[in-house]
Amino acid sequence: MRIENQVTLEFPSRSANEGFARTAAACFAAQLDPTLEEVNDIKTAVSEAVTNAIVHAYPDTLGKIVLKLRIREDHSLEIIVKDWGVGIADVEQARTPLFTTGNEERSGMGFTIMESFMDALKVRSAPGKGVTVTMARRIARRAGR
Amino acid sequence: MPVICKEEKRRLMALVTGELDHHGARAVMEELDRRIDETQPQELTVDLGGLTFTDSSGIAVLLRAHRRMGQVQGAMRVVRTPDQAGKVFQAAGLERIIRFE
Repeated sequence: MRIENQVTLEFPSRSANEGFARTAAACFAAQLDPTLEEVNDIKTAVSEAVTNAIVHAYPDTLGKIVLKLRIREDHSLEIIVKDWGVGIADVEQARTPLFTTGNEERSGMGFTIMESFMDALKVRSAPGKGVTVTMARRIARRAGR
Repeated sequence: MPVICKEEKRRLMALVTGELDHHGARAVMEELDRRIDETQPQELTVDLGGLTFTDSSGIAVLLRAHRRMGQVQGAMRVVRTPDQAGKVFQAAGLERIIRFE
């Protein structure tokens, strides 16, 4: 599908960047003239994906996280969150509600939230190969535009 | 601190403000733990009226407070939940465990 606009952001896995990443995604998505609810859905899903990378990808070090945002011709936003960390051995298990290998600040509901707030969610990973989360959300075209 | 606690006659009120994500969740959890341990409240009311954003970290914070209140045999309720947070909690089925008013 044709990409109409895109941006790529790279940042280290510091937890302070969770807020930056979701706010940047909301700003970029503004071009699609989303409703407040649609913006909040995007912010929430980006926050979950980026937080997963920050918490899990690089356990004892800081590493690189890339957030790619693409506006597609069908008036949807594609969101890609990529890391080069330890990876996930069993993606199915990681996507199960309440499953977590994180500490008490994680509820194990991250993927469940991403799934319910996005139209599509794909998770690609292998041990030692990092994780790529690809999500998409169509933004309704409103009358009068 | 994005949480302000007030206590009166063993009723604890926790006002959570701003954005609550993984970055800030630990501080909120620790403050709630400390205040629950100190006051052993009969009831904890978590007021989310000033919460501008949360993700699944908010779920973890509420579940932990709920568990702590169970340990001191107190009740817990959550009031003034904004739409964005409500949608997150609903996606997780949190209303089956926690009382929202």
